[in-house]
Amino acid sequence: MNIIVLLKQTFDTEERISVENGKVKEDGVRFVINPYDEYAVEEAIRLKEANDGTVTVVSIGPSRTEEAIRTALAMGADEAVLADDPALFGDEFTAAKVLAAIIRPRAYDLIIGGNQAVDDGSGQVAVRLAEELGIPHISTVTKLTLEGNQLTAHRDAEGDVEVVTATLPALVTAQQGLNEPRYPSLIGIRKASKKPLTHVTAADLGLSSEDLEPRTEVTEVFLPKPKEAGRILSGDLSEQVKELVQSLRSVDKVVG
Amino acid sequence: MSKQVLVLADIRRNKLRNVSYEMLGAARRLADGGEIAVALLGAGVESLADGLGAYGADKVYVVDAPELEHYTPGAYRKAVMEVVRAFHPDVILLSHSAVGRDLGPIIATRLGAGQVSDIVGIEGEGADVQFVRPIYAGKAYTKVRIRRGVTVVTVRPNNLEPAQPDAGKPGTVETLAVSFEQPDLSTLVKEIVQKTTTGVDLSEAKIIVSGGRGVKDASGFKPLQELADVLGAAVGASRGACDAGYCDYSLQIGQTGKVVTPDLYIACGISGAIQHLAGMSNSKVIVAINKDPEAPIFQVADYGIVGDLFEVVPMLTEEFKRVLADA
Repeated sequence: MNIIVLLKQTFDTEERISVENGKVKEDGVRFVINPYDEYAVEEAIRLKEANDGTVTVVSIGPSRTEEAIRTALAMGADEAVLADDPALFGDEFTAAKVLAAIIRPRAYDLIIGGNQAVDDGSGQVAVRLAEELGIPHISTVTKLTLEGNQLTAHRDAEGDVEVVTATLPALVTAQQGLNEPRYPSLIGIRKASKKPLTHVTAADLGLSSEDLEPRTEVTEVFLPKPKEAGRILSGDLSEQVKELVQSLRSVDKVVG
Repeated sequence: MSKQVLVLADIRRNKLRNVSYEMLGAARRLADGGEIAVALLGAGVESLADGLGAYGADKVYVVDAPELEHYTPGAYRKAVMEVVRAFHPDVILLSHSAVGRDLGPIIATRLGAGQVSDIVGIEGEGADVQFVRPIYAGKAYTKVRIRRGVTVVTVRPNNLEPAQPDAGKPGTVETLAVSFEQPDLSTLVKEIVQKTTTGVDLSEAKIIVSGGRGVKDASGFKPLQELADVLGAAVGASRGACDAGYCDYSLQIGQTGKVVTPDLYIACGISGAIQHLAGMSNSKVIVAINKDPEAPIFQVADYGIVGDLFEVVPMLTEEFKRVLADA
């Protein structure tokens, strides 16, 4: 069973964001595996352990992404491909084209990605990739079982759970609750540095300029107005409760 | 230049969700005098077409088929592409909810188009239209424009102004017959387990009552649920509460989890980690209830009560019950 994991390196979710020269500042920021992709890595490794096979991590991003890839390899993935040629960076449209070009020639049974990245949060790339490859997909999966080439997934659909089936090869995207990602072991970390990591460039992939032309353009990045702290109510607790209810109804008009 | 704008109505349990009207409001602005069409996809949804004309729909396309009873990517792709063939939209609007989040990128890929996801605002007119969307779950925002081709946009519920009905033209209704084959049916929904107890969904809720580690255990959510029931609110949770196993991950609000922008957010026993604040600090009014007066949640709260949630929340429930009964 050959599994491909889509991985993006993102800011740690506890990082604050600052903007400089129209861009989000990266200096001194702690980077991690996008948390949703970490579930994908973990799920792929568990499936490999149960069914044999290989786990290949595929990523697009600058060279700093190698750190996240090495972590995935230390967790138990076997090899990795990194598209770190800036000519391959664009938007969700181009990302899906690049991933499809990397993955298409490979033998794979299952592709797992995160359901979104915690930075851009657009949730497009994995679904676009399934569409590019012409394979079925199930998104926001909280449980995954495999029997032969039959996949059964629990899909989080706004609080409801849908039990969905598909036949391999297929793509799924991981939602919170799918699993509890492991920490890399010391042995895993030692082995990771020797596992193959292939860098690909635009020339390797043979994509047309049409495929690499982003359809969208970010024209501005800005921070929201800082929220002013409101007031801490005081006095007898029952008075505070009365005052709060009164304010919410007649000042803010958000209730009743 | 006028544009053809297609709105994919957001339907849940055979009812139109509010965001459908918000998309129609956006459609009028984006159409710039062009035609607006609504697509109704589902099983037994035809009657929802009534009255959409008053909200600005020049046309309503209905694809009503048993294969569309539950969302599957293949069957919905087929149905939308039939509507696209009939209407030739320049702009396609979907809701950034369970269906639209999945369907948008499928349609965009089919059309070789760009998509702007999860928009919370629209700026500019005509060719200069830009979409405002959060990044890092709302820690920052971007403005995005489409450089070429069809524009696909998913709209975050509860942020854009809904269309107001007027006694305009009734709009025409056209039913499209679609036949589904493999690979339209490559994924199948076997079963649906409804977990939302009140039927109020987090992403569209006007009021959210949310619990953190301070609820102490799963039963600690009970007083929160009682308050939510009185207010017609949805119940949410912080990562801390989910990680501790007090509640299901589907309730999680934050940078990992759901990003919400209700009119009123009542945070109970939530300290206010940065990743949680990212998911809720753009709510219109925030109430924080916490024992610790130093908790960061008070920095973003409009109203704070320093106290034990197990004491405060039941008092709030009773007070709301009393005043809402009088109203």
